[in-house]
Amino acid sequence: MDVRELYRDVILDHNRSPRNFGRLEPADASAVGHNPLCGDALSVTLRLDGDRLSEMRFNGQGCAISIASASLMSEAVSGKSLKDVEALYREVHALLTEASHVPSIPLGKLMALGGVREYPARVKCASLCWHTLNAALHQSADAGAPPTVSTEQS
Amino acid sequence: MSAPRSIVDPGYVDAHGALRAERVRTDFPIMDREVHGRPLVYLDSAASAQQPRAVLEAIDYYSTRLHANVHRGVHTLSQEATAAFEGAREIVRRFINARSVREIVFTRGTTEAINLVARSWGAGNLRAGDEVLITHLEHHSNIVPWQMICAATGARLVAAPLMPSGEVDLTAFEKLLGERTRIVAVAHVSNALGTVLPVRRITELAHARGVPVLLDGAQAIAHQMVDVQQLGCDFYAFSGHKVYGPTGIGVLYGRESLLHAMPPWQGGGDMILTVAIEGSTYNELPYKFEAGTPNISGAVGLGAALEYLERLGRERVAAHEQCLLSESSARLREIPGLELVGTAAEKSGVVSFTVQGVHPHDVGTILDQAGVAVRSGHHCAMPVMTYFGLPATVRASFGCYNTRADIDRLVAALTTVREVFF
Repeated sequence: MDVRELYRDVILDHNRSPRNFGRLEPADASAVGHNPLCGDALSVTLRLDGDRLSEMRFNGQGCAISIASASLMSEAVSGKSLKDVEALYREVHALLTEASHVPSIPLGKLMALGGVREYPARVKCASLCWHTLNAALHQSADAGAPPTVSTEQS
Repeated sequence: MSAPRSIVDPGYVDAHGALRAERVRTDFPIMDREVHGRPLVYLDSAASAQQPRAVLEAIDYYSTRLHANVHRGVHTLSQEATAAFEGAREIVRRFINARSVREIVFTRGTTEAINLVARSWGAGNLRAGDEVLITHLEHHSNIVPWQMICAATGARLVAAPLMPSGEVDLTAFEKLLGERTRIVAVAHVSNALGTVLPVRRITELAHARGVPVLLDGAQAIAHQMVDVQQLGCDFYAFSGHKVYGPTGIGVLYGRESLLHAMPPWQGGGDMILTVAIEGSTYNELPYKFEAGTPNISGAVGLGAALEYLERLGRERVAAHEQCLLSESSARLREIPGLELVGTAAEKSGVVSFTVQGVHPHDVGTILDQAGVAVRSGHHCAMPVMTYFGLPATVRASFGCYNTRADIDRLVAALTTVREVFF
């Protein structure tokens, strides 16, 4: 197995120049994700326009896989309906974990994350941002402190 | 009670009296395996050391010939199992030069040993306003148990600061050691950086104030001589799997007078003399602290591991690891963008580093693809990472089976990191 299957050019590019990096203030929803095994933390802030995710930014530090995954995610979800975001969330999860998964919707650049599947220790790096986004979206309905998610829960 | 052993010279020593690590390596069956199509280079002994055939055979012999519960039966197997278990305790006593086997308590590992002291000694000796003094480079297992007992008693946890070299600021330590300090608990060797702490000096300073000292010896026990009487410490904790033994077994050494005064921390079988519903009387040392059926095969394996290390020569192994440390440090420094973290004058065989622009986990994955096993992460020492302003480091650590060829492979694999990322 060539390590470049994991570190594809798209991944390296998004790691070097992350898109939508930073925080939205004010934001309609936010969440913080932790990977306690490596100490990485990632925050997601977003704005909603009706049932559309109009804008999303992420902040934090992590490995190339987690930064690139969050950057690719931010591009993929911005402007999408919440229903489409939900569908992407499911498809990316399947892409990261199921060997012969055939996406039911076009994933575009997110397909670059397919190499992660062969590196079980790194799947959590790629999925942390998606779990964090999911937590932010489910928090937006009810008020209160931003939720925190961890790769080591559930 | 152990398997018969050959008395033929195993050839561990070369003509100059140095360790022949290439020969030592052949005692470790796992070194024959390949990872991602490459022969394994194992540079993660600080996380868990591999086990030599002598340990595996001792566990196998115990399990297939001797196993029964200990301290219980009159039948032959129970007596032989007890002899093997107590024999291992005597090996531990000799290895760390404790005065008596009453001072050797078997635990699950270093973590449980420290929890035992924090809970049992702490509950009886800590009051609101008292202080527990640790350092900023401790492993989480020498921080969290103290936080827990401090929360329960109202005592306060105080940590001596570090210096940029990764050494403890001894002047600051001395100032923090004050009227309120009730116990000092420090690492003998830092797991994240390899720094060897001046534990004899620390112990002298603490004892001058009548304060007992616990040493977390997890990272020291396999890599230097440990003589608890010479160190003068009151408690010494270590794990079997860091010293070429199995997981799930460890040791708490405690000065007999202190252990004697401490209450049991877990109740159950083996730790009692008599039990009535109205109340119980407790067993003698060390059994007072060993409730329940212990990890018998683990203790036997640990005993075999310590004897194995004695056959190699502990000082010879330490000298070998120092050679690997200085050679690897020099060669890693030459790699562009690589920065060593922890540059103490006195270090154990641990090299922690970062590669500029590449997260340690990515380095770890690329090295793994080259068959080189290193640790990447915060090493369960997050305050150390915070001090250096790093989320994580890559750590290569050495054991008796590592050779110069392993360093060649590490350096070659690190070169590919740059090729992938830049």
